[in-house]
Amino acid sequence: MAEQVASSAEFPVRTTRRPAAGVLARVRRNRSAMGGAIIVAVIAGLGVLAPVLPLDPPTIPHLGHRLAAPLTSGYLLGSDQLGRDILSRLLWGTRTSLTIGVSAAFLALSLGSALGILAAYYGGRLDNLLMRGIDILMGFPEILLAIAIVAALGPGLTHAMLAVTVSNVPFYARGMRGAILLLRSTEFVESARAAGATHTRIIIRHLLPNVVAAMLVFVSLNIGWMITETAGLSFLGLGAQPPTPDWGTMLADGRGFITVASHVATVPGLTIFLSVLGFNTLGEGLREVLDPRSR
Amino acid sequence: MSRYIVQRSAWVAVVLIGISVFTFALLHLTPGDPAQILLGPIATPQELARLHRELGLDRPLATQYVLWLAHVAQGDLGRSITLHRPVLGELLLRFRGTIILAAGAVIVAFGPGIALGVLAARRPGQLVDRLSMIVTVGGASIPPFWLGMILIILFSLRLGWLPGTGMSSPSGAATVGDVLTHLILPAFTLGALPLAIITRVARTGMIEALRGDYVRTARAKGLGEAAVTMRHAFRNTLVGIVTVVGLEMGFLLAGAVYVETVFDWPGVGLMLVNAILTRDFPLVQGAVLLVATTYVIINLVTDLFYAYLDPRIRFE
Repeated sequence: MAEQVASSAEFPVRTTRRPAAGVLARVRRNRSAMGGAIIVAVIAGLGVLAPVLPLDPPTIPHLGHRLAAPLTSGYLLGSDQLGRDILSRLLWGTRTSLTIGVSAAFLALSLGSALGILAAYYGGRLDNLLMRGIDILMGFPEILLAIAIVAALGPGLTHAMLAVTVSNVPFYARGMRGAILLLRSTEFVESARAAGATHTRIIIRHLLPNVVAAMLVFVSLNIGWMITETAGLSFLGLGAQPPTPDWGTMLADGRGFITVASHVATVPGLTIFLSVLGFNTLGEGLREVLDPRSR
Repeated sequence: MSRYIVQRSAWVAVVLIGISVFTFALLHLTPGDPAQILLGPIATPQELARLHRELGLDRPLATQYVLWLAHVAQGDLGRSITLHRPVLGELLLRFRGTIILAAGAVIVAFGPGIALGVLAARRPGQLVDRLSMIVTVGGASIPPFWLGMILIILFSLRLGWLPGTGMSSPSGAATVGDVLTHLILPAFTLGALPLAIITRVARTGMIEALRGDYVRTARAKGLGEAAVTMRHAFRNTLVGIVTVVGLEMGFLLAGAVYVETVFDWPGVGLMLVNAILTRDFPLVQGAVLLVATTYVIINLVTDLFYAYLDPRIRFE
């Protein structure tokens, strides 16, 4: 990072791609990052492959085979209260849960970053206005904010995703603003401005490349939480609606049967736990590699 | 310090107004006629007309907000559609449950988290440190609603050691001991994530602090290791911990929604979820307002405590 800052102070154009290659090698050597990446890749891969795998349809009930235990014939992970194959619902649910969690994280990143950059770069009254708004949003506990938004818009998967996105925007906006504020008065930004670069050019060519690493760490540590939150909304009945296969709704379904067939709840919960664990360890690893302070 | 208190309190007033605007706006974000939403599906035309006048629904939004705020300021949060009683009374009745749950989680998370973090920082790489890693990574990844179910299956259904639903036994009076045994599993469930975060912050803070020059000085002048850790390093770590504690209170208040749902714990969170599902809008608004206001006030207290601990904050 230091060399990059120095070189862009002299030449506003990056002449070499080597630092990125070095980072990849370091990520590959980091056990935590690789372990997390493998868990995430396996779960996401299974989700992607769900349509071509030989699975039962996830939404068709078989009332003769209700609450079958795991490892019984035809049901590797058992069946739920309507006799639907849990493995199939889990893999199809991966598509819903991961897509929503990951897109919510990136939406929050884009929105929050845009706000943070505007506030920090232009400063003054705009900064004041935006940040006071962010402060007020942060006056709500994050989960409560998400729930309140769903309460107004009505339950549903899209609304849940929107709610989780909006409730996380303040964190990204604050983080981005802090990062840009530090860079705004550096020499390479001053010299770019002196050279006549436009605001857009300064933001895109000079500021953004220097915060990408920090934001990447932030997102990967946040995605797990986003997945938990979305699953949580579905668990409360405010997110995905039946019969959509989704980890949170599966968990809610299973809750009614923990006395007779606990696997209906434990299996989807374990899947959420593993994928969140995957993203969190990946994020930790990336932090170790990319954050100069932790080295 | 008093100037800082005034400044912070003034800012809190602004945030509270912002929160009230947002809560007010919730009703208008919801598609449909606000009066119809507030009265529920079985309202008579006369009742609708009366509420229309009362809320000033034919007047500008700003006027409507002021009218609404005037009611709220007098403790009138409207009537619950499903419970047919004033919202405020119902909420306060349930708020006790949430406070008991959050207090239990505080006991689970804060003390043990700080202790574990400090011990881990003193012995990096050893058994305690490994344990702290497991707590940090596991606690931050485990969904609270799932952890709660696992605890119920294990300790309530399989082992039969602890009750898994409600705040007290259905038969007999709710004695303190009875509530406490009911509290153990939910408190642990809610406390797991804050425990993870506080352990982590305490650990990194202490590792940093123990590297400080003043720690070397303290050791050089012959102070015992316990005094160095507690009197010198820990005091400097405390400032960082207090900030996180404030933030985690938000999770304890709002994350209680999940835990109360899993354990059928009679708190505001469970009431809020049921209110949303039954479209009891006055109750939804009241619960959101109550929890957010509590959070803001807790944050004010932590901020003031923080400024008391670290004089630099006051003079910023």
